Amino acid sequence: MMERVQQTDTAGIGDVKRPLDIREHVERADYQTIGEPFSGDAKMTARNVNVYYDEKQAITNVSLDIGRNEVIAMIGPSGCGKSTFLRTLNRMNDIIPACRVEGEFALDGEDIYGADQDTVLLRARVGMVFQKPNPFPKSIYENVAYGPRIHGLAHNKAELDEIVEDSLRRASLFNEVKDQLDKPGTGLSGGQQQRLCIARAIAVSPEVILMDEPCSALDPIATARIEELIDELRENYTIAIVTHSMQQAARVSQRTAYFHMGKLIEVGETKQIFTMPKHELTENYITGRFG
Amino acid sequence: MENYLPSEQHTSQRYNAELEALRATVLTMGGIVERQCRQALEALVSGDEELARTVAKSDYEVNKLELDISALCTDILARRQPAARDLRMVVAIIRMASNLERIGDEAAKVGRMAAKLADDREKQSFYGEPVHLGEGVSAMLRGALDSFARLDVDAAIEVIARDHEIDREFKTLTRLLMTHMMEQPQRVKNMLRVNSCARALERIGDHAVNLCEEVIYLVEGNDVRHLSLEEVRQRHST
Repeated sequence: MMERVQQTDTAGIGDVKRPLDIREHVERADYQTIGEPFSGDAKMTARNVNVYYDEKQAITNVSLDIGRNEVIAMIGPSGCGKSTFLRTLNRMNDIIPACRVEGEFALDGEDIYGADQDTVLLRARVGMVFQKPNPFPKSIYENVAYGPRIHGLAHNKAELDEIVEDSLRRASLFNEVKDQLDKPGTGLSGGQQQRLCIARAIAVSPEVILMDEPCSALDPIATARIEELIDELRENYTIAIVTHSMQQAARVSQRTAYFHMGKLIEVGETKQIFTMPKHELTENYITGRFG
Repeated sequence: MENYLPSEQHTSQRYNAELEALRATVLTMGGIVERQCRQALEALVSGDEELARTVAKSDYEVNKLELDISALCTDILARRQPAARDLRMVVAIIRMASNLERIGDEAAKVGRMAAKLADDREKQSFYGEPVHLGEGVSAMLRGALDSFARLDVDAAIEVIARDHEIDREFKTLTRLLMTHMMEQPQRVKNMLRVNSCARALERIGDHAVNLCEEVIYLVEGNDVRHLSLEEVRQRHST
């Protein structure tokens, strides 16, 4: 791993001007994230996060706020830790036995890794949309109704119907499926399935939606619809999106965080990151240098 | 950050080649306008009518390169979606190309005036008055193009700093020509032509400043247009 680092990097983390011996910064425990990782109005906060898979450290000392009603994009090369970091925000890593998470996480100031935290409830408040659309092998209606039903959000059929319709509308899918709600969700197109998954996430009234490359399996038209949807959803939700498409990050987000080898290298306004990044590693990545 | 050229080190070699072609075209265009300015000045001073007419008609070369650069930039924007340094380079070059084209126009204007002056039988010593101004402006243009070739912000600022001197010299020259006009009212027409040449040269100096501002934007991301020299220096040092 060390060798690979030496080949691909030219500058030290936390050091904009001076090229640094790469071994020094990989072994160094502390480094400085460039830019502004903190938000004046944070919906979620993560402090001093370290994540390990067995002995391997996947995330090193990352601190980052997710601002209320903002879309924050997390970008970086494969294996940089962006998805791992995203999954710490609703404790999805808990289900991986080898994974150990350190650090402080709060949702509206409340510790989400507390002993009394109900993870099912947490994942309803912090919903997730995955790379590959994964509807349940059930009807379109049931896909959306399942969550509200187990969380007891509807008291009767009429209320449940209303939640389903409202969620499908917010996910811009209702008009396309209103006459086939009893048909299997798996029969929809990829883009429709992904919007169904978003509707399913919305149905339990989450506060934060985490998206892990939600468009990578979709065509450009379906991608554009999801991006349009993300823009609309921002009014009511806080969204963190991991994407390999830098153009997508540039289009949908207000803030962008660049991860590299488990470290949060730079975070700032998307506009600044894409026109005038401060760190050389960020610049190299977004301009397509060094592979 | 390393001051490497925007055209270097992309994973895509073709992208490197496209950016390099763009950069090279700008430098070619710069070389041509530099030559035009030099020849225009030479024609003015020597009264070489043929050279003057050549310069007056030579802006088609520059116009064509401006179109080429536009097309290259559009192509890169559409197909590569450049970011950061690459994006700044494309944006800067779009503006640089239009400045270079105007420098070409101004040089052609000097050429036209020089042809008319050369046509006049009574060649006068005052035709050569703008020569010092012209040399100063040519040096600025060369400095601007060098600063672009080397992505050298310090050199760009140095060129911007020289513009003040050019402006002062232009005013001095205008005053001098006015004195000549009072002394020799029958030659007012030609003196006005000489003054037009000086004005065109002074404008070339302004365009050279614009080129330097684009170099600073390209390298540092600071948009320093419409700022005073002091403010430009201040931004650079912070």
